[in-house]
Amino acid sequence: MSPVTAARRATGYLVLTAFALIFIYPFILSLATTFKSREEVAAEPVLPWPLNPEWRAWENVLVHGDFPMWTLNSVIVTVGATLLRIFLDSLAGYSLARLDWRGRGPVFAAVLAVLAVPPIVLTIPRFLVLKEMGLLNSYAGLILPLAVDAVGIFIMKQFFEALPRELEEAARIDGANIFQTYWRVVLPLARPGIITLAILSFQGTWNEFLLPLIVVRASPEHWTLPFGLSTLGRGGAGGQTFDYPVMLAGSMLTILPVAIIFIVLQRFFVRGIAAGAVKG
Amino acid sequence: MVDAARAGTAAPAAVPPPAGRPGRRLRRRPSRIRGRQALAGWLFVAPALLGLGLFLVAPILMAFWVSFRDWSGLAPLDTSTPTGTENYRDLLVESGVVQSDFAKSLRNNFYYVLGVVPAQTALSFFLAVVVNSKLLKGKTFFRTAFYFPSVTSSIAVAFIFIFLFSPSGVVNVLLSALLPGTVETVWLSEFKGVVHTVLGWLGVDTAPAFLGEHRLMGLSYWDWLSGPSVALLAIMILATWTTTGTFMLMFLAGLQNIPEELDEASLIDGATPRQRFFRVTLPLMRPTLFLVLTLGLIGTWQVFDQIYAMTAGGPQKTTLTPAYLIYRDGFENSAMGRAAAIAFILFALILAFTGIQRLLLRRED
Repeated sequence: MSPVTAARRATGYLVLTAFALIFIYPFILSLATTFKSREEVAAEPVLPWPLNPEWRAWENVLVHGDFPMWTLNSVIVTVGATLLRIFLDSLAGYSLARLDWRGRGPVFAAVLAVLAVPPIVLTIPRFLVLKEMGLLNSYAGLILPLAVDAVGIFIMKQFFEALPRELEEAARIDGANIFQTYWRVVLPLARPGIITLAILSFQGTWNEFLLPLIVVRASPEHWTLPFGLSTLGRGGAGGQTFDYPVMLAGSMLTILPVAIIFIVLQRFFVRGIAAGAVKG
Repeated sequence: MVDAARAGTAAPAAVPPPAGRPGRRLRRRPSRIRGRQALAGWLFVAPALLGLGLFLVAPILMAFWVSFRDWSGLAPLDTSTPTGTENYRDLLVESGVVQSDFAKSLRNNFYYVLGVVPAQTALSFFLAVVVNSKLLKGKTFFRTAFYFPSVTSSIAVAFIFIFLFSPSGVVNVLLSALLPGTVETVWLSEFKGVVHTVLGWLGVDTAPAFLGEHRLMGLSYWDWLSGPSVALLAIMILATWTTTGTFMLMFLAGLQNIPEELDEASLIDGATPRQRFFRVTLPLMRPTLFLVLTLGLIGTWQVFDQIYAMTAGGPQKTTLTPAYLIYRDGFENSAMGRAAAIAFILFALILAFTGIQRLLLRRED
């Protein structure tokens, strides 16, 4: 190896390691801080391990606080919204990709138009509609607005279009009706696409903050993990009075499920992003 | 609500025109099957359309109607009174605290976009090029590490940053080690704009007469030119940190799409690495660059969660953004009509900015 190549390789690793540290160190430090006492946090804010480990923060979060209830609510909402989204998005995506019906073009164009609406613009509108439907302060109010999304329909349509047609035609000839063909033949083939959609949906719904804020603010028994967490410390002027070990233990608990899924199923995350990027 | 990038969604901008291909072949079949397909086709999309219509289209139409009314959000909707264009006029024309708050939110968000979009784009492109280098191993590890912050909860990450930027936190410890003296900045309470701070170092502490006297939307030119406050700067750093990984993945996908022969051909032609980057890689990456800039622009104009959790618009309203104002006016100040009006102005603003950007980038071709 020439000295120039060696030098460039060393610089490359140096850059990558420095940035890996910048992106990961905050998480490691936060995890360590959850095992520190408040005094230790004030004295040693930088050390990425506790000197006198204690379980106080985790006891507060897992035993005494409302976190178990918030976690349960998050699970209910995330599972409900994700299952509905997989079913409805794939059904619509299949129809748009494969079935022959008049008006399909305009309907797909409408779905694309919906993609262009920035979510923040929906804050007041969603509140309005949920209030009129009497769904404020309920699980339905948290789940139904997230049960269909235009991005998911788009992803599933793309995926179905890439599948070979022969199997479906064979199923039809064997006498299966359209729904049976979709349910027994097409959906099993579409597993990678469905996993991608499920992960996008899980991550998005689990982390969702704005919807619980406007829908269940007044009803603590419906609070989800991110919203409940946010009530621990808001508008951090000065921040001297915050109980950092507890705040960060709550944060770690909120991050953990997505982190596990991310590490195990990383390639599906990457696929979701890459699909969008390459199409551009 | 998070930037489009954090949500990890496929790109709205990346959408190809609707394909009319599938199903063509089936047209020749007997009409009984076509009829059944037409029915099934509609039945299959009906639930999704109902969902989108009920929670997206109908709400937007209703909110547009409400933006021309006075409604507290607490009383039933039919007790609201029509006010014509008053909500819009209060925000844009009539001087008062409503207008100056809106002006501040526009100023703050403008500086936020101006800082975050170039930073996240440049950094993610740079990291993608380094990660993609053939010389280096361990790509998967570094890719994972860089992308990880993007998938985590915005509130959890905001709390981590409150801790990092606390007066005795890591950031101040680090700066104290690097700079002379002890740094004790109370980041999230510091409202002085960075442009004002720099001018202060140069001896300009008060507004020059011209800038101080003239006003636009109730804010003096001097206040418009303040730059982002130190508190907003901390949130900008957070935003760059959480979005870089997603955009890096998009750039990586783009880089891996460049045919290897092109790179080899330019290598044989004797191009230097610098020439290869600027003459081969960069032109081929234009579509990805355009996508990342568009998503960045759309995302940064919607910053909300981090502001809610970290500063709630303070200190001295220097982290107010239109998105946060929608929440504050609608839910804390019970002015739903005005909040809806802000939402539509913001919508128009985002459409205008992405449109302008599209024009600018197209013209270079």
